[in-house]
Amino acid sequence: MDRLLLVASTFCFLFGLAYTVRALGARAFRSSPLNFAAILGGFGFQTAFLVVRGEAVQRCPLTTLPDVLVFLSWSIVVFYLLIGSSYRLSLLGAFTSPIVFFFQMTALFLPVRAGEGVELPVSFWLELHAALSVVAYGAFALAFVAGIMYLVQERQLKTHHIRSIFYNLPPIHDLATANRRLIFVGFTLFTVGLFAGILNGPAHIPLLWFVSLGVWMLYAGILTAIHWHRISPKRVAILSVSAFSLMLITLWSIQLAPGKGL
Amino acid sequence: MQIFCLGLNHHTAPLEVREKFAVPETRLSVAVAELSRTEGLGEAVIVSTCNRVEYYVTAQDGFVGGDLVGSYIGLHLASRQSDEFFQHASADAIRHLFRVVSGLDSMVLGETEILGQVKKAYETAHKSGATSGTLNTLFQKAFNVSKEVRTKTNITRGQVSIGSVAVDLAERIFGRLAQCKVMILGAGETSEMTAGAMKARGVSSVFVANRSYERALALADKMNGKAVHFDRWSEEVHDVDILIGSTAAPHHIITREKLATVMRTRPDRPLFCIDLAVPRDIEPSVNELDGVYLYDIDSLQMEAEHSMTIRKRDVVVCEEIIERHVATYMERLSGVRRPSMRRQSAGDAGHLPTDVWRGDEGTAGHRP
Repeated sequence: MDRLLLVASTFCFLFGLAYTVRALGARAFRSSPLNFAAILGGFGFQTAFLVVRGEAVQRCPLTTLPDVLVFLSWSIVVFYLLIGSSYRLSLLGAFTSPIVFFFQMTALFLPVRAGEGVELPVSFWLELHAALSVVAYGAFALAFVAGIMYLVQERQLKTHHIRSIFYNLPPIHDLATANRRLIFVGFTLFTVGLFAGILNGPAHIPLLWFVSLGVWMLYAGILTAIHWHRISPKRVAILSVSAFSLMLITLWSIQLAPGKGL
Repeated sequence: MQIFCLGLNHHTAPLEVREKFAVPETRLSVAVAELSRTEGLGEAVIVSTCNRVEYYVTAQDGFVGGDLVGSYIGLHLASRQSDEFFQHASADAIRHLFRVVSGLDSMVLGETEILGQVKKAYETAHKSGATSGTLNTLFQKAFNVSKEVRTKTNITRGQVSIGSVAVDLAERIFGRLAQCKVMILGAGETSEMTAGAMKARGVSSVFVANRSYERALALADKMNGKAVHFDRWSEEVHDVDILIGSTAAPHHIITREKLATVMRTRPDRPLFCIDLAVPRDIEPSVNELDGVYLYDIDSLQMEAEHSMTIRKRDVVVCEEIIERHVATYMERLSGVRRPSMRRQSAGDAGHLPTDVWRGDEGTAGHRP
């Protein structure tokens, strides 16, 4: 049942990916109600998947890497739905779908054997920590997308080549604002999640705690640079893209390392 | 009933001829009602704009209909002006209307104003009782075709004049311009037009700095803005989002050093610089500053030309869409009135010679 829901959700985002590829081919991006409907449909199936998984494992469904990837995808879509409409960044949907599709395809094809996953005690604080951290990663992921869009738009405007396939990118000022706010929201959630982890007691997986602290310091540094050193939106975008890429590589490395765990 | 179109436009007639045949807006409803009541004609719509005067009518016989319209507007067929008129019947008339409303027949390819003008002309005719079944269906179909053409192709993409390119770029940087402040350095004609276009899009305030303070005052007054003494523009620029330079100064007025200082006070607020002056007012290297976007007259012109190239590239696709709709429309018509349509060949009526104008069906509009 849960797998079927995940397949249905992934199909919805495949539609979004196809829309993006088609737009690339036609060299014209336009916001499309169909694409938005596909994202909404994908979100519905994602939510249903997480509910079913949550009931199956009797806790927040973050016990296996596939679950984490779907939860992360869900968070990205939540932020897209919140931020996208606020800033009229409908095109963010065209960029969001391919990322979510990639995460969910990975989740679908990752081999998960029975009994695999992290054996951690059931604890409210631990689950809150895990859930908030993943939702925060969703915000950071969307900041990464907004950052890339900002850099593409900035380059077009600077080089006077505003004629590419990304003709209909959102206004650069809106992208800069969305990027800053997403980093702030992500950081706030991550901080609360980190505190929830501290309240839970000693770390079960010290390496992950170390990485979490590193991520927190990374984004704290970016926010400090934004608010105290007033760095330009371009630098914020570069930092946002770099930080998320670094975070992704680190988490992936940990997952692949011996003695891994979530 | 056949659909027939007679008219003249910017392709076929110069302004002095077009203005002679233009139907004033105040007379349009009377004229279209009179025309529809003419014996031998059924329905009528008159589209009269600065670039075209076109009569769409239905008649038992299309080219006789053309003759009747010609008589109505007092056109003497042997006169010189008849060469400047074109006439289309049946599929060609339908195709012509679809092309007109889609902006393919406009002076500025892909412009959208014509759609509004045709809609208005149709509404006037409809309210005057000059349209019923055939033209109602045809014009509604034309508006749908226009929508499809504009949404499925790049025919309206980009801007094709310097002023509108500048506005378009400003919107790509700031989104809505309602919160933006514009400063004009030098009260030139182009800068006035560009700032006017920005003002029309809702910019919140306009500052004008000019060496002659009186001229600055006059332009500021015209734009509901504020005049600034030329030697004090750099004090006001800190709060400006769009800076337009168009002075006659022989050197750069706005240097990288000056703008770098300005940008340090507002790092998260972009500055769009438009240099319309020759020689240039703004040092080109300001474009390297974070948050500063500089466009000079050449880059704006290039962008306008590029947009036009994109539009032209999509004309073929637009024509295909239109052709498909003409075919389905004709199929639908022939399903209902096959005998009548069979008499009319699918040939192109085109721009007809004077002798054809008489409605001699043996030759008129039946070129192989």
